[in-house]
Amino acid sequence: MKIIICVNHVPDTETKVKIGGDAKSIDKAGVNFTLNPYDEIAIEAGLKLKEKFTGETIALTLGGDASKETLRKALAMGVDKAMLLKDDGIRDSSSVAYAIAETLKTLSPDCVLFGKQSIDYAGEQLPGLVAELLNLPSVSVIVKLDAQDGKLVCEREIEGGHEVVETMFPVVLSTQKGLNEPRYPTLKGIMAAKTKPIEERPAPAAAAKVEVRAMSKPPAKAAGKIIGSDVSAVPELVRLLHEEAKVI
Amino acid sequence: MKILAFAEQREGKFKKSAFEVTQAAKKIADQLSCELVTLVVGDAIESICAELAPYGAGRVVAAQDARLRLYSTTAYAKIVAETAKREGATILFFPASQMGKDLAPRVAAKLDGGLVPDCTALRVEGGEVIAMRPVYAGKAFVEMHATSPVKLFTLRPNVFTASPMNGAGVTVEKASVELDASDFRAKVAAVKIAEGRPDVTEASIIVSGGRGMKGPENFHLVETLADVLGGGVGASRAVVDAGWRPHDEQVGQTGKTVSPSLYIACGISGAVQHLAGMSSSKYIVAVNKDKDAPIFQVADYGIVGDVFEILPALTAELKKALGK
Repeated sequence: MKIIICVNHVPDTETKVKIGGDAKSIDKAGVNFTLNPYDEIAIEAGLKLKEKFTGETIALTLGGDASKETLRKALAMGVDKAMLLKDDGIRDSSSVAYAIAETLKTLSPDCVLFGKQSIDYAGEQLPGLVAELLNLPSVSVIVKLDAQDGKLVCEREIEGGHEVVETMFPVVLSTQKGLNEPRYPTLKGIMAAKTKPIEERPAPAAAAKVEVRAMSKPPAKAAGKIIGSDVSAVPELVRLLHEEAKVI
Repeated sequence: MKILAFAEQREGKFKKSAFEVTQAAKKIADQLSCELVTLVVGDAIESICAELAPYGAGRVVAAQDARLRLYSTTAYAKIVAETAKREGATILFFPASQMGKDLAPRVAAKLDGGLVPDCTALRVEGGEVIAMRPVYAGKAFVEMHATSPVKLFTLRPNVFTASPMNGAGVTVEKASVELDASDFRAKVAAVKIAEGRPDVTEASIIVSGGRGMKGPENFHLVETLADVLGGGVGASRAVVDAGWRPHDEQVGQTGKTVSPSLYIACGISGAVQHLAGMSSSKYIVAVNKDKDAPIFQVADYGIVGDVFEILPALTAELKKALGK
């Protein structure tokens, strides 16, 4: 089974966002970038599929040289190979999806895995866009995966519950927390990752379909009211919620 | 120019987001002086379409078929894309719900359109729909527009208003549905819904617990308070990672982003990742022992105190106030 895991190199969750000089993106100075946390779940799912069916796992990303760090992390977790679609520019989701889909056409995967979203722009678009461009079935936000004889039963998270989805390979899946516990890279894995190949290809070009006009910080909130420090404050809190905020 | 709004229903009942999306789409249609068509997909849904009238729907297209009773990504996407083409609709609105977020990208690819996801505000400027959306889990906002001929937007639930007006009646038209086996290569076989509290992404009140709750055995205090308010239960990443609470309750950058009208944070210090997921709540109450906890910087009302004393008292007081 050929398993492709699409990964993203993103600012870590501790990042304090500063708006960049272009007023359209963040100032990357001093920002730590890391493997997108949801992609670790996708990698773990890919490694488990390989353990079950044998085959090959490939981590794929689009970005500049800095993204190689994220590919090395995927390799250290146990992925066999990595591929970088080289592009230093800023792209919208549709042009990233186009580049990934065009590349996947040359790789003929049985299973394409994504984290359910990137923690930076959190659009949750790529899995669906790529699946449609490849005319493949897709299941997003999966929290359960059971693969038998070419058939898959997944559970995807919906509001207040799950949908049980039956599908087949080849398929595009996006993974949600709770699906598995991503393994930590072992020392041996980290050493091995240094010598595993990272293939570079130019990223297929496509025009953007959406544009960021401006980026801004959320409006600063005025400091709230501290009502008290013990149970005597409770009736006043309830009064404020009822009469001032009118939320109860 | 024509606008298409996708009104989500499950089990023959509209989601609140269906009304939010219809009303938001109607406002944009009015500003652009163009027609709005609302699309409902499912089985036996013709009879509920009139419920969209007070939110501005005039023409409703009902695509119904027994095979569409449960959501199917590819079948639904085909119907939405074909309806948009047939109607000549070039601006499409969806809810940023689990269904809408799954559906909209596939429709976007079919129509070669640009998608602006998870919008929290819309306006029209120079004949163009401009959307605001949070990025970096709410640490920043971007103003975006689609540059392609077909433009798609998903709207974050609970953010846009759904207030019934005196609408005219709706005309409901049945759409012909042509589907084959290839449209069901991924098929929903069953839906498992946990009975009880609303999901945090849909709840208008959320009571959330953090490490200050000291252990999973104390979360009944959070749950009881949530139940008195008819709200959902949320949790910080720390307590989910510790296995005290299930993943689907996690609020924050690696969990869910929520916008309830009231968010009560109990024993949550307010790490930046958590604040990112809940700071767009309309009102925030914080109960925490530590007066310097960052949660107090975003809270509208705070009590610097012990959750084990405050929560039972608050539950009792609310019961009294709400006559329960």
